[in-house]
Amino acid sequence: MKFSENWLRTFVNPSCTSEELAHSLTMAGLEVEAIEPVAASFDKVVVAEVLTVEKHPNADRLRICQVNVGDHAKEPLQIVCGASNVHAGIKVPCALVGAQLQDMEIKSAKLRGIQSSGMLCSARELGVSENADGLLMLPDTAPVGQDFRTYYELNDRVFTLSLTPNRADCLGVYGVAREISALTDTQLVPFKTTPVSPEIEDSLDVRVSAPDACQLYCGRIMRGINSNVETPLWMKQRLERSSLRSINAVVDITNYVLLETGQPMHAFDLAKLDGGIHVRYAKINETIQLLNESRVVLTTDMLLITDDHKPLALAGIMGGLNSGVVQGISDIFLECAFFNPDVISGKSFKLGFNTDSSYRFERGVDFAATRNILEYATNLIQAICGGTAGPVTEKSSVLPPRLPVTVRVDRVQRVLGIMLEKEQIVEYFSRLQFDFSENKNDITVIPPSYRFDLAIEEDFIEELARIHGYDEIPAQVPKSGLEMLPSQESIRTSTQIKQMLVMRDYQEVVNYAFVDKSWETGLIQNKNPVALKNPIANHLDVMRSSLMGGLIANLQFNLNRRQERVRLFELGCCFERSATEHFLQIEKLAGLAYGDVFAEQWGVSARSVDFYDVKSDIEILYQSQEINFQAVQHPAFHPGKSAQIMVGAKPAGWIGELHPRWQRQYDLSHPVILFELLLDSLLPVSLAQIKEIPKYPAVRRDIAVIVDNQMPVQTILSSMYEKKPEIVTEITLFDVYRGKAVGEHNKSLAFKVMLQDAQKTLTDDEAEAAISSLLKILKAKFDAALRN
Amino acid sequence: MRSLDEIVGEANTLFNSISDTTELEQVKARYLGKNGELTDLLKALGKLPAEQRPAMGSQINQAKDQLEALLKDRRLFLQEKKLEEKLKEEALDVTMPGRGHDKGGLHPVTQTLIRIESLFHSIGYEVASGPEVETDFYNFTALNIPENHPARAMHDTFYIENGDLLRTHTSPVQIHFMLENKPPLKLIAPGRVYRCDSDVTHTPMFHQVEGLWIDEEANFAALKGVLTNFMACFFERDDLSARFRPSFFPFTEPSAEMDISCVKCNGNGCRICSHTGWLEVLGCGMVHPNVLKHVDIDHAQYVGFAFGMGVERLAMLRYSVSDLRLFFENDLRFLKQFN
Repeated sequence: MKFSENWLRTFVNPSCTSEELAHSLTMAGLEVEAIEPVAASFDKVVVAEVLTVEKHPNADRLRICQVNVGDHAKEPLQIVCGASNVHAGIKVPCALVGAQLQDMEIKSAKLRGIQSSGMLCSARELGVSENADGLLMLPDTAPVGQDFRTYYELNDRVFTLSLTPNRADCLGVYGVAREISALTDTQLVPFKTTPVSPEIEDSLDVRVSAPDACQLYCGRIMRGINSNVETPLWMKQRLERSSLRSINAVVDITNYVLLETGQPMHAFDLAKLDGGIHVRYAKINETIQLLNESRVVLTTDMLLITDDHKPLALAGIMGGLNSGVVQGISDIFLECAFFNPDVISGKSFKLGFNTDSSYRFERGVDFAATRNILEYATNLIQAICGGTAGPVTEKSSVLPPRLPVTVRVDRVQRVLGIMLEKEQIVEYFSRLQFDFSENKNDITVIPPSYRFDLAIEEDFIEELARIHGYDEIPAQVPKSGLEMLPSQESIRTSTQIKQMLVMRDYQEVVNYAFVDKSWETGLIQNKNPVALKNPIANHLDVMRSSLMGGLIANLQFNLNRRQERVRLFELGCCFERSATEHFLQIEKLAGLAYGDVFAEQWGVSARSVDFYDVKSDIEILYQSQEINFQAVQHPAFHPGKSAQIMVGAKPAGWIGELHPRWQRQYDLSHPVILFELLLDSLLPVSLAQIKEIPKYPAVRRDIAVIVDNQMPVQTILSSMYEKKPEIVTEITLFDVYRGKAVGEHNKSLAFKVMLQDAQKTLTDDEAEAAISSLLKILKAKFDAALRN
Repeated sequence: MRSLDEIVGEANTLFNSISDTTELEQVKARYLGKNGELTDLLKALGKLPAEQRPAMGSQINQAKDQLEALLKDRRLFLQEKKLEEKLKEEALDVTMPGRGHDKGGLHPVTQTLIRIESLFHSIGYEVASGPEVETDFYNFTALNIPENHPARAMHDTFYIENGDLLRTHTSPVQIHFMLENKPPLKLIAPGRVYRCDSDVTHTPMFHQVEGLWIDEEANFAALKGVLTNFMACFFERDDLSARFRPSFFPFTEPSAEMDISCVKCNGNGCRICSHTGWLEVLGCGMVHPNVLKHVDIDHAQYVGFAFGMGVERLAMLRYSVSDLRLFFENDLRFLKQFN
């Protein structure tokens, strides 16, 4: 919402500066985004009349003008001018000698040998507009010699308000004035208009067949108007300062009324109307060509103004192309109505455009002023375009109820936390011009017809806080009980998990949750990813079910920026279909390692990161939980270098080396190790319950066995654990050997076996017996031979 | 025959001239070995007259002890010297870098979230979370944003194929939490949110922290108190001034927008604050009675306030990040600066 400050001040004129006014508005919730002067700063520019124009003897494009500047000079001034539109008889702004125009001082000088005492000005030179097509032409009525700033009302500023959707009442200058009157406790000039008595009897039959949608319709015929008349300068200026272009006098007047009162209006060319006015919902697939020349297909929830045969306008949103007022016509039908916000809401959004009219009707227009504003507009049209008016046809149904609201003094105090007394509340309501009555401990208020945001007690509490000033409410740190927050030791936080990865040299990233569909259907083999109806871009059209695609993209991005070693992780929500109508939303933790296992350094020889490096990171992450890795294939991974991670019997995630095919496709020169885990599987930790430390020494025995190369170590370990003698407390792999010595298809595994008896020191015989029982298990199950 | 003193004197000189432990032991033999000079003297003792033997024996033994002591000193000296030399040889260049793994780092948004969470946790706020794909009910209706409300247009919602949507704010977590817990309630809900908007100052995904306090004592003055306190702590600025302006959110009434004095120019006006001296940092207000009604909380008994802040916005101000999009490019050269 943009408007001229001078216009505003015709309704309310508090004794404060523009900046102070803007501050009050901002602090009352009507944010002033900008205050801009309507013209550059300049002085000594006056209205002048060009008397004669002659050719310059020494320059083709210059003219020598004799210019009348009124009392500012005894004789006409001689001014050399280069503008192409200069000719005798025009009135233009003229900068006198000594004038300061932006950064230029006007001096008396010779131009190509001819004396010039002043400068005729263009709009751009005065900073009035960007339009620089020659001199700024003034109307014939402009008084010669008058200070141009005064004449053109340039000592004015444009306010730009950024309004919240609840404050539709301030979508008109008068509404803003009403607000300022309350804020500054300054008298508001009443909005007065006299009803126009009909001089003709012509009227249109108005039929409203959607009374829920069009709750009030007022209209009248005006005949014999001069639609060719020039819109008065003051009105044009106010429109321009609100960023509205002048179109023709009638349209300008309806726009002016909209800006001033917030009430949208529409004027129809009476000659184009066939029969009466009908307000109804559109039929299926009905179309209308709008003023913006687009033809739109309507839905049955859209409201139309039609005549007996054709749609005329999309009610409350935009007029039709063929029934609007253009220059040359003489008879009009003027409409001023109240449309239900619920019916207008969302329609222009659906059609893909917004209008000043729909913007206001969606938020609510003052229905109590509708008829009065029709009279106001009629008066303006008659004053500017002449013509005679017919009687007002008014059709109304049930208007929005204004139910009284009880505002309790103690509730106000409780919600705001300040001792606002009843007298103050009454004063604030009076300043807001609310209709209210006082009771013992409360006040009954009736919301005004222009306020669609006031319906419950809290709404009025906000009004009181606004007028009182949010700044005047002290910031009080509350006092509260000292009850501790519960804290679960056996569940880790995601931050703890993240910190562990950080300590393992991974860098956290954050990616968008919507991804390229090809990642899902290709890399993850998720043939049916959750799709977005309205993606922000074509390549971000589905929701991710895995974080890995994003990590690979991050890898590529960083490799392209000369990084050689990349280790990333992300924790984020992933989305999958489920059997029910809603989607599964699963927090996953994924990581990626690429390049050398260590950053290049002097003390460690360079080696590419591999499966087992990353496996160790995962083992650390799970801490005390028992996990195992099963060789299971995954579409993203190398078939022989991929594992599913199990916590107990539950799948918890994956680890693997990116499939060489993908590695090639993504143009990566080294293998990529990836993992992805369910966050939930990572969170539990067991609370330590300490066993007594054994008093007797533990014994270590090592065994090395030769087994088939294909046999997984985990299987061997599990078999031993399953049947081990009780005194065997720990078996760990400490060496693997492959080579001729053990046979081509074999490997040698060396295990460290710890033995311990809690009750006594173990004898050699007992230890040997335990070891040989382990060897028996290995022999029986894996045909494992003891290696010498 | 040389006197004992001569022998001891000579041995002392000799010992001190030797810098090798093996050589020292060889030289020792010259005096104390099987055929050593003192051993010979002891052997020759029998040839002396009986009355001289005790005195002479004791003198020789004294000399022997002296030599042993001298030897011990020399040995110790040589050992120390050898150790010193060894230590010298072993000395490291301690200025060379350490070996092994580097450390990674947390994303700046995470760091900011941790900071926000810990500040609120310190005054008893629980951390809650909720789903990112939401139903219309939780994201809008329950928050008093009915269909066709102009506020919905402000939200630029992403819709999923089945009509669900990506939450446009973290406020729906309020609803989940209030439905599952009885007041009094104090929570903050950090998380990712989505809006169909992308330009220099908007990314289609970003982070918010929602806060809620439902209590018998909550009021607007307390809201101002808590948030002013938070901002001062977050920016570690005691002199931070704050102002609250009326605003509009369908789920709060009264509603406010919170500004703080610009942390870059201290309110004098700069590019960061568009020369206003103020930074808009947060939206807040008293929980709208309709919201409480939706979750069955008696609004005669309980009053509450809620607030929501943009995490990237705070991170940008705190860490002087000038372009929002940097947070989601995941350029290591950017991210590592936070490590």
